Amino acid sequence: MFESFDATLLARIQFAFTVSFHIIFPAFSIGLASYLAVLEALWLWKKDQVYMDLFNFWKTIFAVAFGMGVVSGIVMSYQFGTNWSVFSDKAGPVIGPLMGYEVLTAFFLEAGFLGVMLFGLHRVGPRLHFLATFMVAFGTLISATWILAVNSWMQTPAGFGMNEAGQFIPIDWWKVIFNPSFPYRLVHMVLAAYLTTAFVVGAVGAWHLLENTAPRRSRTMFSMAMWMATIVAPIQILAGDAHGLNTLEHQPAKVMAMEGHYQSHPEGAPLILFGLPNSTEKRVDYAIEIPKLSSLILKHDLNAPLAGLDTIPDNLHPPVAVIFWSFRVMVGLGFAMLGIGLWSLWCRYKGTLDSSDWLHRAAVLMGPAGFVAVLAGWITTEVGRQPYTIYGQLLTANSISPIAAPAVAASLIAFIIVYFLVFGAGTFYILRLMKRLPRDPMPDLEDGPIRTSGIMPGPAAGAHAGSAHRSAHHDH
Amino acid sequence: MTIDLPFIWAAIIAFAVLAYVILDGFDLGIGILFPFFPEKRDRDVMMNSVAPVWDGNETWLVLGGGGLLAVFPLAYSIILPALYAPIIAMLLGLIFRGVAFEYRWRTKRGEFLWNWAFAGGSALAAFSQGIALGALVQGIPVVNRAYAGNWWDWLTPFSIATGFAILIGYALLGSTWLIMKTTGALAEKARTIALRTCFATIAAMGIVSLWTPFLKPQYLERWFGWPTAIFSVIVPVLVLGCFALLVTGIRGKRDTQPFLAALGLFVLGYAGIGISFYPFMVPPSVTIWDAAAPDSSLSFLLVGALVLVPIILIYTVYAYWVFRGKVDPEEGYH
Repeated sequence: MFESFDATLLARIQFAFTVSFHIIFPAFSIGLASYLAVLEALWLWKKDQVYMDLFNFWKTIFAVAFGMGVVSGIVMSYQFGTNWSVFSDKAGPVIGPLMGYEVLTAFFLEAGFLGVMLFGLHRVGPRLHFLATFMVAFGTLISATWILAVNSWMQTPAGFGMNEAGQFIPIDWWKVIFNPSFPYRLVHMVLAAYLTTAFVVGAVGAWHLLENTAPRRSRTMFSMAMWMATIVAPIQILAGDAHGLNTLEHQPAKVMAMEGHYQSHPEGAPLILFGLPNSTEKRVDYAIEIPKLSSLILKHDLNAPLAGLDTIPDNLHPPVAVIFWSFRVMVGLGFAMLGIGLWSLWCRYKGTLDSSDWLHRAAVLMGPAGFVAVLAGWITTEVGRQPYTIYGQLLTANSISPIAAPAVAASLIAFIIVYFLVFGAGTFYILRLMKRLPRDPMPDLEDGPIRTSGIMPGPAAGAHAGSAHRSAHHDH
Repeated sequence: MTIDLPFIWAAIIAFAVLAYVILDGFDLGIGILFPFFPEKRDRDVMMNSVAPVWDGNETWLVLGGGGLLAVFPLAYSIILPALYAPIIAMLLGLIFRGVAFEYRWRTKRGEFLWNWAFAGGSALAAFSQGIALGALVQGIPVVNRAYAGNWWDWLTPFSIATGFAILIGYALLGSTWLIMKTTGALAEKARTIALRTCFATIAAMGIVSLWTPFLKPQYLERWFGWPTAIFSVIVPVLVLGCFALLVTGIRGKRDTQPFLAALGLFVLGYAGIGISFYPFMVPPSVTIWDAAAPDSSLSFLLVGALVLVPIILIYTVYAYWVFRGKVDPEEGYH
């Protein structure tokens, strides 16, 4: 039944699906790992139990999210070979060693110290335990660095040659790693991960403030999250702008599609706020535009000429509508985050940070904003690279495995079913963990013996039905 | 260039895959044995005995795959499409059993689901790995730097046999791990299972070993031609030695000896495959040197590997050391 489908299209859908699911977890765990390290450091420094309570609360959530990130990540490391074997053969000599370094410097570090971080506090003591937490956080950042070097090289390849077998071969590793878009992409993504986590933490804190449960812990996490939003959101907007200018320089077609510029504008290009991209007629229907603003943003000159997609052969256009919209979603959410950050700063100044219900409601609403923005951003940059896998060098159509469409279709369906089941359940458990208070027992469940850290004070867990005996062991 | 970089890298990749097989082997084995331990209390202890280390164990699989892409991209791009279905099945199995480590503690009502996910996922992953191994041993047709077979070629009686062999072997690793890490009735039951699976494992190894030389003339020559036939004497003798240590260790109620002897069996079986394969990366046509990436790739990553792999081994040993000794069924890991 799938013979009519094109194996390349199915493989693209499969990659997009599995990588979109995957990126959600690192986007959260990069930020959360750093947050955990900060919480534990504050606990060691100030000896204030509230930080350890929050640490334990978020540690359990981190464990679930990290587990999902690990298993969805293993799929990625093999999918290059199963579905994109020609790409792997050709690009392996360049991107493979970078991923090899990711495994050697980051994955083992995270995995090795994760066990100690989750289960080892009483075996190794607080200082070594903090070292383990720090190593996990550091590992997530190293991992981000290598994989973004890989992705950036695919966007703006540099430092390579070709051999007689048609493989890309590294000539200058420094240029391969520090390729033109890498620094921008790395900063933009790490800040995105921090913002994503800040808005999740902020939403959980705000929700508990609205419920008026455990005010001290909720206040602490809400306040920390809002500081992050206030400080990081404006930096992220500046970083995003710099990244956009870098893209204009190295991947102009992507920017043309983001802007909806089908035609060149020799005397200053308008900024199209909204409209319906119409690729058959090569125009944006119902466009609401501000004259010359695009030239001002991209060239810092109202009358600077800007080339459009008419300067690029039709078969090398990226799909315009997808990128046009995903870009607007990302930017819109970025400014909404800035708005929350400024609003919280105002409330903080007025002394109403803990009592402003409307701010708290808005923060709850914005809880998933980071994930949506991260996905929209990645869709923009990845779809914007089409029709290439390695920009300007290797076409997507020439990257695919010699594999039949039914095989790709069958595995795609299997991935869709399994991912929705497994990660749906995981998301449900995470939401339930968030709803619970740091110290409260969970409804309908018994704390696993490995989970209830002995450091948790108070008799609350002991009262939990069915596990009173064990829980007594958990509490001091 | 006097240093044979592809050869060194073949050795490193072989080491990473071996590390994966024995390390994830025992924790997949725990999952495979889950159905034989219906008590929740036993299952909690079994899972806790590997919970702090499974993630690190699985990272060797990522190193094996990622390393292959980096240093033998041609082998990577031939093997994965050739073994498409078993690889996808393995990945799905690993997803189910991997998340079960966390999810199982997050729900009471749904716990049985994640018990099944853990057991089924582990068994599926192990079986798929065995099938992949068998399919690789029986050879992969290559034309023009690409897999040239059909997408069901991996499915043969031989690959099914290796699938079961790995399943049984992992169950042996898991049961001897439990002997080492648990106490009381649980350890006693693990002993009974270990005794049965060790006989089954030796039988499976025997069948696969006798079958292999008749798949390809190359293997027959390797095992029965001079001077390599010398391995045909040494390897089986060592295997029988490990087998004896295994049986006496289980019967003599020793804690660690059975696990180490089971590891020995795996190392020998792995060495046997290595002897059959050499110098091929993808039998019967792609050698280590055909598949290797250019030296600039190999040397760049080798510098890191030589420094980092020993460091990784050190902190991996440390992580195991932190959680050394028997798992206390009352306290778990606090």
